[in-house]
Amino acid sequence: MIPASSGTGLPVAVNGIEIEVIRRGAGRPLLFLHPGIGIAPEAPVLDYLAEGVEVIAPSHPGFGHSQLPATMTHIDDLAYFYLDFLETFDLREVIVVGVSFGAWIAAEVAVKSTERISRLVLADAVGVKIGDRTSRDIADIFAMTDTQFAEMAYHDPRVGQRDTTALSEAELLTMARNREATARFGWIPYMHDPKLKDRLHRVRVPTLVLWGESDRIVTPKYGRAFCDALPDARFELIELAGHFPHIEQPETFARRVLSFAGEAGVPVTAVKRASA
Amino acid sequence: MRVFHMTEQSYPDAWDKHEGSLRVSLPNQLCDPKTAADLFHRYYDEWLLADELGLDIMINEHHATATCMCSTAAIPLAILARQTKRARLLVLGYPIANRPDPLRAAEELATIDVISRGRLEMGFVRGVPFEIPVANLNPVTLMNRFWEAHDFILKALTTHDAPFNWEGEFFHYRHVNVWPRPYQEPHPPVWITTSSRSNAREIARRGHSLATMGTGYAAKEVFETYREVTREMGRLEPDIGRFGYLGLLAVGSSEAEARRRGELVAGYVRTQNIVFPPYANPPGFVSVEDSARMMKLGGKRPPRTFTRDGRPISTITGSLQELIDAGIMFCGTPDQVHRQITDFSDAVGGFGNLFAMGQAAWLSHEDTVASMTLFAKEVLPRLQSYRVADSAAA
Repeated sequence: MIPASSGTGLPVAVNGIEIEVIRRGAGRPLLFLHPGIGIAPEAPVLDYLAEGVEVIAPSHPGFGHSQLPATMTHIDDLAYFYLDFLETFDLREVIVVGVSFGAWIAAEVAVKSTERISRLVLADAVGVKIGDRTSRDIADIFAMTDTQFAEMAYHDPRVGQRDTTALSEAELLTMARNREATARFGWIPYMHDPKLKDRLHRVRVPTLVLWGESDRIVTPKYGRAFCDALPDARFELIELAGHFPHIEQPETFARRVLSFAGEAGVPVTAVKRASA
Repeated sequence: MRVFHMTEQSYPDAWDKHEGSLRVSLPNQLCDPKTAADLFHRYYDEWLLADELGLDIMINEHHATATCMCSTAAIPLAILARQTKRARLLVLGYPIANRPDPLRAAEELATIDVISRGRLEMGFVRGVPFEIPVANLNPVTLMNRFWEAHDFILKALTTHDAPFNWEGEFFHYRHVNVWPRPYQEPHPPVWITTSSRSNAREIARRGHSLATMGTGYAAKEVFETYREVTREMGRLEPDIGRFGYLGLLAVGSSEAEARRRGELVAGYVRTQNIVFPPYANPPGFVSVEDSARMMKLGGKRPPRTFTRDGRPISTITGSLQELIDAGIMFCGTPDQVHRQITDFSDAVGGFGNLFAMGQAAWLSHEDTVASMTLFAKEVLPRLQSYRVADSAAA
C-alpha cells in the first residue's frame, strides 16, 4: 500500500527509486500525471478531484524531489516506471489523468498496457507528430522567455507570470529541476515520440481528450488530431483555459474528469489502426 | 611562450542589423556571399602571415552567427595545413558533443594532421550555450556525450592493428578503422577548455592540456586545480606548456594607435552576449543549483570577470582600460603589451601558450597586419624566452 499522507508529497519507493507522492481523498484510484512544470500539493484541482476519487499524484522521477536514476533518459523509461508503480501498489481500475507532458506519459503507459487502467484522460497532451516535417506542432518552450511562455500557455497570462527573483531557493531549485528533467525526456525528438501515433490503436480504454480553448503551446487543432488517432476517444474544450486547464479552471477540469470517470464503461472492442 | 593568432572570422556588416540576437536566429539573408568570400580570403591571408611571422594558428567554429562565419573548422584547417609551412594548427575547438558523428571528426582530424605533416593540435570543447539550439543534441546529457566522443576519437586515432567495435551510450560503430592514421604519435596533442574547477579536475586526470578563454584572473584557480590534481596523482609537476589562455590583443607603435585598434577588437566581447535570452541557458547546460541562482538574479549570471584587486567588471560595457585591468585584453605599445602579458601570466600561476585574438570585429586587414607584425617582431622573441625553465619542449 502507498503510505497514508496528509496531502503533501511523501516518499515512496518503486524498484528502489524514491519518489514523492501526494495522496488525497478516498474511492477509486486516480493517478494524476503532472505537466513539466510539476504539481504543487496546494493545487486546488487536487481537492476538487478528491471529492470523488482517491487522488494519487506523484512527482515523476527527476521532477520535484523525486530521484532520477542516471539510466532514465527516454519517455519509455517513465512509462515503464508507472507500469511498475501500478503493480507495486496493486492499483486496479485506475483512472489515469495526464496534463501536457504528463499526458504524453499517460499515452505511453496506455499503449504498453491498460490491464490496470479503466479510463484515460489526456489534457493538452504532447507526444505525437501530426504535421509535416517542417511544421512545429508543439511550440518550442525552450526558445521563449518566461513572459512569452505565460502568454502562450495561459488564457490569462497573469496566472502564469512569476517573479523568479522573489521566489525561495527551494522553489527555484524545483523549477530548475523540472525544466532540466523536461528537456532530458523531451528535447529531441522535441516533445514527441515518433512511434507513438501508430501505437495509439492499443489504447483499449475509453479516453477523454480535454483541451484548454486558448492553448497556444499545443492548439485545439492538434488535440483533435490526437483524439482522432485514438480508438475510443472524445474531445472536449475547456473555456477560459490555456495549456494548463487544471490550473486555470480547476473546478471545471475536475468536474469533467469525474463525470467521465462515472460514465458506464463500454469495453473497447473495435481496434482502429491509425491511418498509414 | 608560444603565441597563436586567432580570429573568429566574423561578418561584421551584419552586427548592427540584429534584432536582439546576433546568434541562432539572425537570418542568413544578411550575409552576402561575395563579402563572405572576400572576408574568408582575407582571414586566411592573415593566418599565412602568422605562419611567416613565427606565430602559431588557432581556429574555432560557431554556428548560425555573424560573430563567427566559420561553421566547419575542418575547412580552414585543411586549407592551412596545405598552405602554411611551420605553424602549429590548433583547433579550439571542435565541439565534439554537438556533432552526431565522432568517427567523421576522427577522420577529419587525422587527415589534417597528415596533410600538415604533424602540426595539428586538437582542442575539444563543450561549446557555448548558444550552440545547443542549432546542434539540437540534448543539452542535459551533453557532458556524458562529450566524454564518450572524446574516448571514442582517441581510441579511433590510436587503434592500428585491426578495426574495432563501439557500442556506447551515444555512439555505435561496427568497423572503426581510420585511414589515414594520424601523423603524430600516439596522436596530436589534446586541449580541453574550461573555466571551472570541476572540469579542470577531469582534464588533469586525463593528462590533457588545459585552455581557458577570456577568464581573466579566475584562470588562476583553474590552473591551480589542475596542478593540485596532478600532484595528488603522483605525477610530475605540469610545465606551463600544459596551460593556455585566450586574450584579446592589439599592438601599436604608439599607445594611441594601440588603443584605437583595441577599441575595435573589443567589439568582440562587447557583442558577445547579444543573444535572445532563452538561448543563453539551455536546460542542463549548467547545474540545477547554478540555474536556480541565475533565476534568483532575474536570468543573469553572477559576475565572473574581475580585476586583479577583485573589482568586478562588465565585458559588455566595461572600458578598454577595464578590459586591460581584468586581463581580458592586452593592448598598448610592444613594451606595454609584453609587461601586461607576463604580469598577468605570473599572477595566474604561469601559462606557456597565449591564444591571441589579434583580429576581431571591425579591425581592418591593414590594422591587423600592422598589429601582428609589430607584435611578432618586438614582443614574440621576448615571450619565447618567458620562463623557459618551466616549460618542456612543446
